[in-house]
Amino acid sequence: METYLFYILATVTVIGTILAITEKHPVHAIVYLVTSFFSLASIFFLLSAPLIAMFEVIIYAGAVMVLFMFVIMMLDLGRADEAKRPPLRQWFLPVILGGIILVSIGVLAAGYVTTPHAPGAITVRDFAVTLFRKYGVAVEIISMQLLFAVVGALYLGRRRP
Amino acid sequence: MIVPLAHVLILAAILFGLGLVCTLVWRSNVIMLLIGIEIMLNAAMLVFVGGSNHWGMADGQVFALIIMAMTSAEVSLALALVVYLHRRKNTVDVDEFRELQD
Repeated sequence: METYLFYILATVTVIGTILAITEKHPVHAIVYLVTSFFSLASIFFLLSAPLIAMFEVIIYAGAVMVLFMFVIMMLDLGRADEAKRPPLRQWFLPVILGGIILVSIGVLAAGYVTTPHAPGAITVRDFAVTLFRKYGVAVEIISMQLLFAVVGALYLGRRRP
Repeated sequence: MIVPLAHVLILAAILFGLGLVCTLVWRSNVIMLLIGIEIMLNAAMLVFVGGSNHWGMADGQVFALIIMAMTSAEVSLALALVVYLHRRKNTVDVDEFRELQD
């Protein structure tokens, strides 16, 4: 049952992403992307990472996408008559490049022998202990990085005379 | 593990390829280009979470969380840059931003 659910959700994610990148209207693209991120969050839940699934919904599908939407609304880029997708010749080479990468990773992954593991389930407790005991320095560094990002965004967004 | 690790990796590869195509194609809109970067980072997160599930260690999930924090920092800075550039040139076309100065 869970295996079928994984493949269904994977299909929804891929189709949502394809629709998002081929959509000419940025607002519609973001709504498609929210769909794709929701199903990706469900995949994370199936892969026994409930906390990451929650953060995916709250931070990605919630905060980051709303931030994109906010900037589109603020800059007034969401006009339907001005939206246009790139011409077809611009799609040609990137699709070939992406296809080459895709096929090579697919071949490598299909030939990868996965040794059957019988791991215990990762609980939220395990996650928290690993995060704050083993990677405590990383938490400090990432909080400093967020602070620098806030300062940089304030600097870039200030009014110039 | 409900599915083999190879299938998770293939899904991540498809998502990464789609994000790469989005980044390469959408030169006419910086916002769509940033969305492509988001898709690629999500594919990387999927690899981390799949590996963490496969080996039964929580480290992969920790790094997925750190990628998420890094992405929010990156998005806030990049969108501030987009607002700044739009204020300067009144466009979001990447080809318009050629000069280093002005």
